[in-house]
Amino acid sequence: MTANDRPNRWKRYEVWDARPLRLDGFAAEDPEHGFCAANSPYDPRPGLKVEDGRVVEMDGVAEADFDMIDIFIARHHLDPAAATEAMARDSLEVARMLVDIDVPRRDVVRLAAGMTPAKLVEVLGHLNATELTFANSKLRCRNRPANQAHVTNAKDDPVQMAADAATAALFGFDEIETTVRVARNGRSNAIACAVGAAAARNGTLIQCSVEEAEELRLGMAGFTSYTETMSVYGTEATFVDGDDTPWSKAFLTAAYASRGLKARCTSGSSSELLMGVHERKSMLYLEARCLCLQRAMGVQGTQNGGIDGAPLSASVPGGLWEILAENVLAAWLDLECASGNDTRFTESEIRVGAKIVPHLMSGTDFICSGFGSVQAYDNSFNASLFNGEEFEDFLAIQRDYLIDGGLSHVAEDDVLACRQRAIDAVTAVLEGLGAAPLNEAQKQSVLLASGSRETDSFTPAGVAALNAALQAERTTALDVIRILARRGFEPEAERLVMMLRQRAAGDYLQTSAIIRDGRVLSAVNDPNDYLGPGSGYRISAERRGAIAAMRNVLSSKEVLHQETRPSREERRRYALIEGGVAAKGSDAREVVIGVSPAFGTKIHRTTAGLPLSQVLRRLMTGIAEGGGSARVVRLGHTADTSFLGLSAARLAGSGIGIGIQAKGTTVIHRSDLAPHMNLELFSMAPLITLDDYQAIGRNAALYAQRQAPEPIVVPYGGEALGARFHVRTALLHALDTELSDPSAEPRDLEVRFHES
Amino acid sequence: MSPEDRKQLEARYPVGEKRPAEVHSRSWRRLDEIALEAIVDGTLGIEDIGISAEGLRRQAEIARLAGRETLARNFDRAAELVEVPSDLVLEVYELLRPGRAADERPLLAMAARMREEHGALRIAELIEEAAGVYRRRGLFRKRF
Repeated sequence: MTANDRPNRWKRYEVWDARPLRLDGFAAEDPEHGFCAANSPYDPRPGLKVEDGRVVEMDGVAEADFDMIDIFIARHHLDPAAATEAMARDSLEVARMLVDIDVPRRDVVRLAAGMTPAKLVEVLGHLNATELTFANSKLRCRNRPANQAHVTNAKDDPVQMAADAATAALFGFDEIETTVRVARNGRSNAIACAVGAAAARNGTLIQCSVEEAEELRLGMAGFTSYTETMSVYGTEATFVDGDDTPWSKAFLTAAYASRGLKARCTSGSSSELLMGVHERKSMLYLEARCLCLQRAMGVQGTQNGGIDGAPLSASVPGGLWEILAENVLAAWLDLECASGNDTRFTESEIRVGAKIVPHLMSGTDFICSGFGSVQAYDNSFNASLFNGEEFEDFLAIQRDYLIDGGLSHVAEDDVLACRQRAIDAVTAVLEGLGAAPLNEAQKQSVLLASGSRETDSFTPAGVAALNAALQAERTTALDVIRILARRGFEPEAERLVMMLRQRAAGDYLQTSAIIRDGRVLSAVNDPNDYLGPGSGYRISAERRGAIAAMRNVLSSKEVLHQETRPSREERRRYALIEGGVAAKGSDAREVVIGVSPAFGTKIHRTTAGLPLSQVLRRLMTGIAEGGGSARVVRLGHTADTSFLGLSAARLAGSGIGIGIQAKGTTVIHRSDLAPHMNLELFSMAPLITLDDYQAIGRNAALYAQRQAPEPIVVPYGGEALGARFHVRTALLHALDTELSDPSAEPRDLEVRFHES
Repeated sequence: MSPEDRKQLEARYPVGEKRPAEVHSRSWRRLDEIALEAIVDGTLGIEDIGISAEGLRRQAEIARLAGRETLARNFDRAAELVEVPSDLVLEVYELLRPGRAADERPLLAMAARMREEHGALRIAELIEEAAGVYRRRGLFRKRF
């Protein structure tokens, strides 16, 4: 017998088994085999011995035993001027400095330059998740947070790529990273992203992730402006398997800068574990080595925080703490941090949300590296933490906390106009470069497509032919600019020229650079100056507007407007004719239905969408069925359910009343009870059906005859009713409350139904 | 960073905004010469767009003022590569990858070439340092 069919298993486990979470892999903590987030028993103790300005021992390893990573760190990372003091400092004291608003960032950054990997890790070990988040808000290099998008598609279709690049740029992404499905397609992808982004805004950094030499060539041809795929590893064997050394990577870093291209390295925990050589060290310790190495190489920044290894890091206890600590360490080492959040490390949407929150709270140079701006199936890097499908979830979280995650709300019409412009521009360019023209239907398919399954434009064969021609013709960005200018796309051409001018100036080579409105913003001219409340980056009124805006927001005016049509329909169904002041009835079978001020006057449907005429009819039918007689009264003095019910009960000959709000909330009350001690309350108006209302009437009549009917249960499926209805409910109830007048007398209502 | 350094930085960076007249591209084009008309006329080639060695040294000074010594050193190395032909740049990169050279000699020869033919002193040092470390760590063994 297996565990699953054991008869005495708590059934809740079956519920849990069905959750997406159960698709996630969880690993036992096992430092021996590298499954350890931090503090492996095999991690070295911090230590540094310097003789005559030369490092002779570092983190317990003598110079003679240094591997190539140790050598590079000892020679190029450690700042002798800071090392003695930094290593002598108590790690707990430094940890406290990291979260002390009275200690400026530069003081702790100076100390990091004198610390060994094990020392840096020891300091971070004193910080919990909240403290890491707080430290990050002080340590990140650039004041303004930003975000990066993946823009790819399953067909390498340049027209869709341009439309999607434009869309991404319009929503606020400062960097766009693309890659290829077919290795040879780099050129058309890069051109499409550059032209598309230029259709949306003035200044987007573009990357096309391909083989190193080809990537450098794409940059030199002027299509791309940055790279981030220079992988760095924390063990020597893994580094060599990655076909590089710190010296080859340092050289490549200089080579990119020599061609005016922004560069960042990629590291991220668990890559060593994935590649098989972890030396039994913890993930955080290995990543600390990677980051010291990157600072030593002189690269301006890093893409780290799990990256491809994120699912593995997340499988161990403290995995997400470790990933956050890596990002904090990058910032502390004064490196631009594109902070991961670019891998769908889990099938649980709850874990996705929990993953992003610390990064959004603190802000990072690039929250995601990158955000899957396209549909997940179109992402050639594989699904990201957030994808095109979940775009608005991210916007909602920004709005919830009034946090700047780099993105903005954009109106639907603006998206379409921008996509159209990008499609027109890129097809003009592609035609100018010799590609076969697309017809209007093909363009239209891209304009409206959410993903490549809905497009009918370029075929894979067409893209391959195009790239062969681009390569043969040695096409450069200048050819693209000329075509744009000649075919009526001067603004896009000017924006691409601006990017080339920026390249000659070299300002975006500095740490954490982005380009907004044609201007470079980096850690040099927009440095993080956070020193507690009232300092650092605060969202402007304009930014607040862009973050607060949302699709389909409800307002009081909108809710009232939505009642116009039902009002006309209801007038054909029935009339409520107000009579004199209602007196107490004498019929012992009488049940009074007390309706609220807006019932049938301003509001005509319950929150479940039921017409109030039908609701009233079914209540009255139910009362008759139960052997009672119904009287309807307008209660003008209150819109509160309990008081509506109690007032109705006190007017009823039987002492039993039904109170009903215009939005459908209903109560059965008895005249001798306390206001909030009713007989039956139906508070979940969105779930109440017409049959329920009839049953409510019937029960009321039975109570009137001093019987004890079975209480009515309105079935509830566990929906988040508050999320779905509270905005509407609150606005509707406000209308009801506004109309009530404490001095109003109850009035008898004659109900005339015009149709059966 | 001292207030004096900060003031200097604010006066100089971004150079494209604060000191455009002082910046020129690899082929001595001023920034304002990198313009749409010149591209449409065909008077500007892609080789005119590149950053100059001087431009990179200027960015190195800015990085130093901002307290980023290692970044500054990278820009100094980059400045030495500006005039090195791209094919040679890629050749050096390839040679520095593990197992490409069978021993120190090709690396030391390349270092000498970078120093003597291209005046790339820092690059030469980097290559020589690599040669020593690769020998010590057995990184000359063939991998494919």
